[in-house]
Amino acid sequence: MPAYRPPEIPASEITPERFFLDRRSFLAAAGGLALGGTSVAHAAALKVTSSPYKVNETLTPEKDVTSYNNFYEFGTGKADPAANSGSFKPTPWTVKVDGLVGKPREFGLDELLAFPLEERIYRMRCVEAWSMVIPWDGFPLSTLLDKVEPLGSAKYVAFETVVRPEEMPGQSGYFQPLPWPYQEGLRLDEARHPLTILAVGLYGKTLPNQNGAPMRLVVPWKYGFKGIKSIVRISLTETAPPCTWNLAAPDEYGFYANVNPAVDHPRWSQATENRIGEGGFFGSNRRDTLAFNGYADDVAGLYAGMDLRVNF
Amino acid sequence: MALVPALPKRFHGPSVWALYALGFIPAAWAFYLGATGQLPGNAVKEFEHLLGLWALRFLVATLTITPLRDLVGLNWLRYRRALGLLAFYYVLMHFLAYMLLDQMLRIPTILADIARRPFITIGMAALVMLIPLALTSNNWSIRKLGQRWNKLHRLAYVIAAAGALHFAMAVKVVGLEQMLYIFLVSLLLAWRAVRTPFLRWKRQRTAVVRSSPATQKAAG
Repeated sequence: MPAYRPPEIPASEITPERFFLDRRSFLAAAGGLALGGTSVAHAAALKVTSSPYKVNETLTPEKDVTSYNNFYEFGTGKADPAANSGSFKPTPWTVKVDGLVGKPREFGLDELLAFPLEERIYRMRCVEAWSMVIPWDGFPLSTLLDKVEPLGSAKYVAFETVVRPEEMPGQSGYFQPLPWPYQEGLRLDEARHPLTILAVGLYGKTLPNQNGAPMRLVVPWKYGFKGIKSIVRISLTETAPPCTWNLAAPDEYGFYANVNPAVDHPRWSQATENRIGEGGFFGSNRRDTLAFNGYADDVAGLYAGMDLRVNF
Repeated sequence: MALVPALPKRFHGPSVWALYALGFIPAAWAFYLGATGQLPGNAVKEFEHLLGLWALRFLVATLTITPLRDLVGLNWLRYRRALGLLAFYYVLMHFLAYMLLDQMLRIPTILADIARRPFITIGMAALVMLIPLALTSNNWSIRKLGQRWNKLHRLAYVIAAAGALHFAMAVKVVGLEQMLYIFLVSLLLAWRAVRTPFLRWKRQRTAVVRSSPATQKAAG
């Protein structure tokens, strides 16, 4: 009797996980349509081109990217944003871009979605020592900044999240974890860096509410809290803008917040990280955190001559 | 008069064993979900936090037995040892989950965490303090230690305070849940401060009521 040989399947015929996972989300979307249809409006497919900015690592499953979130406007638990963001309305939406710019103006969501969108597969490293690999859909922040013509005096970019206590339960009630609006900021050269994007989607579809619909910032070499969500205002300023977490605990969260395995958070080490979505206890593994989250070749030059222990 | 109907004496022993069995269900269920990849997101952290939270719940329950008896006359003393030991087992599992599943036995990191991070130092101190209490949670030790047993087991107050503090210091923003445990533990510890005068007042009142013929007549 001949020994059993498993059939050889050429690599070219193996369906990448994201496509068969997409099939599942397609079926879910189709189900939503059949049941009433409104839910698919928030997960419309986007037209995106691929880009050279791709991390060659296993993508974090979409269900983990959309169910394990920090978005305190919807509650402080990781599952809260997905559970409590159902009544949030990301459309219609406008973003005001002002400050030290030649042409301050507002952008409607349709206009933002009409920018050429690219897929960027980035690592996302949370300051809490966990990480994901996420296929974002968006455009470079510099594309938007170019439209408003920043003045020579502009040195920083300030960002602000929407305040809607009636749609965001974390913004109402007696115990609110942070002062609103959530604010973040970047140096202008960081904001103009080609890796810095405004994301309007993930996994090829418009952003779910819990991930910062309709538009959020993604700065892959910085801790996740810099990636401000549901942005309504972008202002160019001369001085460093206030940043919510930095103000809440200046010794724990710096203005720069560059991913740095050598500088610990006061309450935990930043040397290693836990990759989300790698299965149960025994599938998950701790991996070493990389300097600038693995983007040192692209961005270390921005901080030449700076003491990163002081400017953490 | 009785808040809950008295449990027949023959069920006292089995009810304690039932408490142990029930007490381990949250840990066993979460371990099953985690081991089979059904805990959402960060499975290890979810498991670790669940164990810590239940440890704190059992510590609070342990400290509630005395005020229950003082204030509403409900004598559940027979469950206190089980509740205290459950708290110890949960703290131990919480630490093992951190050591084995979370840090994967990276001993230098664990030692650095314990030494350098105040909330972990406090948590570790609570675990160390629980060890002598767990070891002396038996009738033989109570007989052998006499009054010293009571003194030793007052450590439970320090441990509960440490647990609530550890929980509040571990999170990025102290929320309702952390405040609830700080409040409960404060209340339970405050009771210990006013308990002796309260019991003296209660005894005196009972004595007065019993010795006064006028009240007896009125009651009759």
